[in-house]
Amino acid sequence: MDAIDISLVNWSRGQFALTAIYHWIFVPLTLGLSFIIAFMETIYVRTGNEEWKRITKFWMKIFGINFAIGVATGIILEFEFGTNWSNYSWFVGDIFGAPLAIEGIMAFFLEATFIAVMFFGWNKVSKKFHLASTWLVAAGTNLSGLWILVANAWMQYPVGMHFNPDTARNEMLNFWEVFLSPVAINKFIHTITSGYVLASIFVIGVSSWFLIKKREIFMAKRSMLISSIFGITSSIVLISSGDSSARFITDIQPMKLAAIEGLYEGKKGTGLILLGALGKSENYTDDNKTWKYSFKIEIPKLLSYMAHGNFNAYVPGINDLVNGNPEYNIISVQEKIERGRYARNILADLKKAKDSGNTLKYEELKKKFHDPDFKENYFRYFGYGFLNNPGSIIPNVPMSFYSFHIMVMLGFYFFLFFIIILICLFTGKIDKWRWLLRLAIISVPLSYIASQAGWVVSEMGRQPWVIQDLLPTVVATSHIDASTVQVTFWIFAVLFTVLLIAELRIMFRQINIGPKYGGKEHV
Amino acid sequence: MFESLSYLTLQQYWWIIISLLGSVLVFLLFVQGGQTLIYTLGKNEDERTVIVNALGRKWEFTFTTLVTFGGSLFASFPLFYSASFGGAYWMWIIILFCFVIQAVAYEFRSKPGNLLGHKTYEAFLLLNGILGTTLLGITVGTFYNGSQFSVNFSNIVNPGNPIITRWETPYHGLEAIINLHNLSLGFAVFFLARTIALLYFIRSIEKASIIKKARQQLIINALPFLVFFIIFITILFIKQGFAYNPETNIVTLEKYKYIHNLIEMPVAGILFVTGTLLVVFGIGKSVLSEYAGGIWFTGPGAIMAVFSLFIIAGFNNTAYYPSIYNLQNSLTIENSSSSKYTLIVMSYVSLLIPFVFAYIYYTWKAISSKKINDSEIKKETHIY
Repeated sequence: MDAIDISLVNWSRGQFALTAIYHWIFVPLTLGLSFIIAFMETIYVRTGNEEWKRITKFWMKIFGINFAIGVATGIILEFEFGTNWSNYSWFVGDIFGAPLAIEGIMAFFLEATFIAVMFFGWNKVSKKFHLASTWLVAAGTNLSGLWILVANAWMQYPVGMHFNPDTARNEMLNFWEVFLSPVAINKFIHTITSGYVLASIFVIGVSSWFLIKKREIFMAKRSMLISSIFGITSSIVLISSGDSSARFITDIQPMKLAAIEGLYEGKKGTGLILLGALGKSENYTDDNKTWKYSFKIEIPKLLSYMAHGNFNAYVPGINDLVNGNPEYNIISVQEKIERGRYARNILADLKKAKDSGNTLKYEELKKKFHDPDFKENYFRYFGYGFLNNPGSIIPNVPMSFYSFHIMVMLGFYFFLFFIIILICLFTGKIDKWRWLLRLAIISVPLSYIASQAGWVVSEMGRQPWVIQDLLPTVVATSHIDASTVQVTFWIFAVLFTVLLIAELRIMFRQINIGPKYGGKEHV
Repeated sequence: MFESLSYLTLQQYWWIIISLLGSVLVFLLFVQGGQTLIYTLGKNEDERTVIVNALGRKWEFTFTTLVTFGGSLFASFPLFYSASFGGAYWMWIIILFCFVIQAVAYEFRSKPGNLLGHKTYEAFLLLNGILGTTLLGITVGTFYNGSQFSVNFSNIVNPGNPIITRWETPYHGLEAIINLHNLSLGFAVFFLARTIALLYFIRSIEKASIIKKARQQLIINALPFLVFFIIFITILFIKQGFAYNPETNIVTLEKYKYIHNLIEMPVAGILFVTGTLLVVFGIGKSVLSEYAGGIWFTGPGAIMAVFSLFIIAGFNNTAYYPSIYNLQNSLTIENSSSSKYTLIVMSYVSLLIPFVFAYIYYTWKAISSKKINDSEIKKETHIY
């Protein structure tokens, strides 16, 4: 293999996406359900009501079924950074590896240790110790989310590092800048609250099924109450952190923002597309995939406001970002490619000087990597030096657009849904409004769709970068054959699918069985 | 605190942590070893349920240690992560596959609505027990025998071929299996895992029929372990090792390198001898008497011996991940580590490790105070 094999890159992306999608089917439920269980057990310990213990144990059983398969898919993800993305592992491993290790030491052991107490400690440790263990499991699952999201946020917004030309990699300069990056904090809040929302809908959906079947009434209503309150609170944080995300994306990933809005030509006072459908434009070709709206419902000027806090602010479009727009100081991609190639040539000269023992030239070139002008105006475009076509920086527009709008619409729907459920619980109408109970069941898969769509926006919208502006995905790959990855892709696809079906069957059966000792059939 | 340490000291500190995690992982592989004994010791469903539940309460520790071992390697020695995982693709994928099927097997095995049937999940556990232990042992064997890979940092400036690390055989790690020295370590790890599992069963299960069979199996598994271990150690001590000159960074083959390392690093030597003696003592005492606490000698002994083997692989100017394709591409703790700053940050995080050990010990003790038996399983609401 003497050149980058695009087929290899695509299969590796496919394998990573496959693993991540399956992993993320299970993780959000774990994140949220761990807290819901902790709330329930807290009520049990405080009230001493055995009914709450049974409720807690029922949801704990569901948690256990879901948790195991989440763990199984998670281990593959961690190691796939090495197996499929070896260049990535070296180029940014100095920064990216640290959160993964911290995740293991700080979070995974916490989960693994106290989950054993949570499942097996009921008759072996005191009530308070057991409750503390349940809370520590919730803390552990959410802490593990924190560190991997810090790592992911850094890929979207690489900060706190510098490039070391001798080792040909980026090295961490400031841990706190990486850890407390506003993008990392926002991403963490947005992602974990999406997990809380999903788990709340899951609990409400399952409880609704019990109410439709007129079973486990006490458990169902109590579970719905806790989940709807948790869901409303989480939704408020989810929506507000989503709003903050728009501002961050505007600054650090303007192409992602343009793609999710299908905005080709930038303008002042840009509206936000509430609903729309994309069709091929007149200029559409396989090499130049451009889209236009078949129809759209737009809220005037709202995107400008969301992006800049100003209704008349300018928001660049895809064409502005590709071709450049001097009026707004936007550099064309072609210019960035040339600057990136210049930076790469400097690095190549430095390597040659070092290998040939030309110390004088080596030292002179090395100084450039500390020169603010070179770093800010040339090396920051290093990744562009690997691109051949300016159009390659455009992500998949329809996928970004639809994923984003599905996520946002469902996010608002969930907020409304929780309010209605809570009102019905307080007014005692929840049993009577069977359409609402059915809607609650339908909302469970919708919450999974919204959750997956969020990751599609985040990861597909970032393409062609694996590290924004620094490392294109095609350069991050390992030196293996495409056929090898093709084989492992299908092995994992079959394995994960079989395990998912097995998991769903066990979970449905467990739900059907209900709490082992039965719930009281009255409120 | 860590800021005052030299870069080399930090690199060594992290190799010690990796060695510690690696050695604890080898000990915890007793869960895998136990999985290969489910049908040997469990002659009926009740017995098998007791065995699976005894192991099931510990599987997450092994799993988590493996994940943390991987994450720590990524953070502290990213070039190893890049070269080994990206190169020995098939070897690592098979190992990972084994651990994926293990994770679900415990939770799904006895649940109602089990689509695949409990025998499928027991087969998953068996597969994980056999391949997981043996292949991890074989992979660690490459630390002493080398692998065919190359590293060229200049590739990053070549837009047509920017990949820094390359595996230079088409077998992507599977070639390590045909190296007899690697294989001897693989089998030693496999039989050690089974031996420690038997000691664990003797210590934690209260069911006479299982304990009787476990004691019978002890010698049957301990003997092959000792044979393969002696073969591995003998070859290791007489073979050439991969030494490097810290001034020039040139890697050369050196006769008796690994036994020299043991002698030149007395702490490692003492740990190795003491660990080996403890392993043998724990087994011997359990075989020759009704003693149930053999695991308290064999377990720590295994950790000490394996720890010292990791130390002699990376310390005393030794290339811990040698390249037999190009010796000069071999990985050392100096040329493959993270930057000094990252190692300092990670070192602060490592201060949590004693705390982690403390709460693991406390909770383990709290929930394992009573032996596992039929009546305890019947009372339990969470059964594997």
